[in-house]
Amino acid sequence: MGLTLREWATIFHGIALGGGFLLLFTGAMAGLHGLRAAALTGEGQRGQLALLRMVTSLMAAVAWLTVISGTWVINPWYRSASPTSPRSILVANPTTRAWHEFAFRLKEHIGWFSPILATVVAFVVAYYGSTLVNNNQLRRALMVLLSLAFVFATVAALFGALVSKVAPVQ
Amino acid sequence: MDTPMDQTESQEPSGAPNSLPTGPAVAAMIAGGIGTAVLGALTVLAETGLRARDSLTWSTTVGPLSGETILAVGVWLASWALLHLALRGRDVKVRTALGLTLALVLLGVLGVFPAFFHLFAQD
Repeated sequence: MGLTLREWATIFHGIALGGGFLLLFTGAMAGLHGLRAAALTGEGQRGQLALLRMVTSLMAAVAWLTVISGTWVINPWYRSASPTSPRSILVANPTTRAWHEFAFRLKEHIGWFSPILATVVAFVVAYYGSTLVNNNQLRRALMVLLSLAFVFATVAALFGALVSKVAPVQ
Repeated sequence: MDTPMDQTESQEPSGAPNSLPTGPAVAAMIAGGIGTAVLGALTVLAETGLRARDSLTWSTTVGPLSGETILAVGVWLASWALLHLALRGRDVKVRTALGLTLALVLLGVLGVFPAFFHLFAQD
């Protein structure tokens, strides 16, 4: 099985980083939802908070790595002026042009919303720590922002995978 | 450096946490919304003509996305710092801040939505 460097980089960007972000979301959401005074003892609270801090920070870091690698490493290969680049192939054919004009253009921008929102969540969890347990409104607000980060990452990942299927970076 | 939580824990060894002003959380949330809205606005701007596109093309291999994202992240961080300084000791309604943040994020989504930004395409 021979994969090129570009294919390995695309797999790392899409599967390892993008997929990792989506998996971490589940842990972060469960941690935020479970961080209620009624549901936790003092000992359990400390353990859950430490885990939540780690997961949300990791989520933000992974989201940043995903968009930076996508924009600065994969994107130049995708949009190179060569007639064999994925973008050139897609826009040359009227039946595949929308894959670039809609799917890729949306994906390359909306993906950047995820690290920004994930960083907001990670910051608030780290800053407020145990006081979050008694602040249901703030906890719920974080769950909304985390869900949005997840939705934007999912849209970017879905369109990225579909575009790669039609015209892979090689 | 002590984080607020560390301070809280040192004040309350029994484990009963103090509450902290919501200002810093609200500042982070609204700044996040501003960052996404700015990215949406810059995406639309890049469609309005070659001059705008060129001015946002900070890397020829990446294209206008380079300037759009670097500027949006810069505005996000700067607005976060300013809002944090302004709100750090204050209690601000989280629900109102969330509403404002969601409105800004919605503007950002509109700006990066191809069917919308193509309306401004000049070339």
